[in-house]
Amino acid sequence: MSETGEFLQVSIWREQDGNGHFESFQVPRRDNQTILDVVAWVQQQADPTLSYRFACRVGMCGSCAMMVNGAPRWTCRTHVQKVADDNRLEIAPLRNLPVIKDLAVDMDPFFDKWVAAEAVFEPSQTRDDPMPPINPQDPMRIAASDAIECINCAVCYAACDVVAANPDYLGPAALNRAWSLVNDSRDDGQDARLKAVSGGGGCHNCHVQQGCARYCPNELNPTLSISGLKRATAKSLLGWGQ
Amino acid sequence: MIRPHRTHALWYAFILHRVSGIVLALFLPLHFYMLSLALTDPAQLDGFLVFADLLIVKCAEFALVFLLAVHMFGGLRLMALEFLPWSPRQKTFAASAVALAFLISTSFFLQAM
Ligand code: SF4
Ligand code: SF4
Ligand code: FES
Repeated sequence: MSETGEFLQVSIWREQDGNGHFESFQVPRRDNQTILDVVAWVQQQADPTLSYRFACRVGMCGSCAMMVNGAPRWTCRTHVQKVADDNRLEIAPLRNLPVIKDLAVDMDPFFDKWVAAEAVFEPSQTRDDPMPPINPQDPMRIAASDAIECINCAVCYAACDVVAANPDYLGPAALNRAWSLVNDSRDDGQDARLKAVSGGGGCHNCHVQQGCARYCPNELNPTLSISGLKRATAKSLLGWGQ
Repeated sequence: MIRPHRTHALWYAFILHRVSGIVLALFLPLHFYMLSLALTDPAQLDGFLVFADLLIVKCAEFALVFLLAVHMFGGLRLMALEFLPWSPRQKTFAASAVALAFLISTSFFLQAM
């Protein structure tokens, strides 16, 4: 990476024990620099007490998401060039989740909601049964596959205003996962799942603003999945089956 | 200021739908009250109709017709989104709802002039 001679003015959220403020850093700007590179530079060169989370650095693990200039991003694959506002960056912890320290948030509420949405595979067979054939061209399989590449980054969860307004709302990622399982012919948990996603915090809360789909780094469309769940729950209520 | 994570077309479609809904909910009771005057107090209604001829009131009516139409077309988009197979053209639909509402309210305005 070559130095450009320019500097980025970076404000980073610092928080400990519930007290938070932005702290400013000057970071040398480089070619092809990502937001995660900026955060790592600060931690390595300016303040080793800065806490943040990452693992794979290639957009696989979903652990590096933060708010960058007000919008949720996967920081390891977000280039400074794409989001910097005149060499200014504001980096904050992911919205809608409790902060542990600085840029690291507690993901427990996010994953608890996956469980609450029954967004967990319920096998209909055991390992001793023969493998059921799956036709990749089957419309249900196509719907399941379209929703499947989620990396659990919670970017959509941070983009969602309904999550912010209603702490019980299961949120786009859990509902998206539930939808991929609704379309999984091998799954045996559909009744419980449809019940879970149509309850108080369920799919009918969604206001279809599509913030989730706008920001999902893997270009998934949780709004599409949620509208699928709305139809599936309405059908099962009317007794039309799935 | 609209927060950065909200600056996209479909969020604007959302807020337009909500705001038009609230304005219409406030307006409609007034509207029905005025209509009821035709039965209960025609003289007062006539006075109001003279007032409704003012240009500024005509402009306000234009805005109301726009809100009514945009709420209707926006609502149709939402119902289609929730009950029909998904279409990826949501932004086009939202933009069409605004365009149609503008067309209807402008023709109403020109006719009322
Ligand atoms: S479309 Fe629904 S789930 Fe997605 S951000 Fe909007 S309200 Fe949240
Ligand atoms: S749906 Fe997209 S934004 Fe949401 S957790 Fe999965 S990968 Fe991240
Ligand atoms: S560090 Fe793994 S997705 Fe960014």
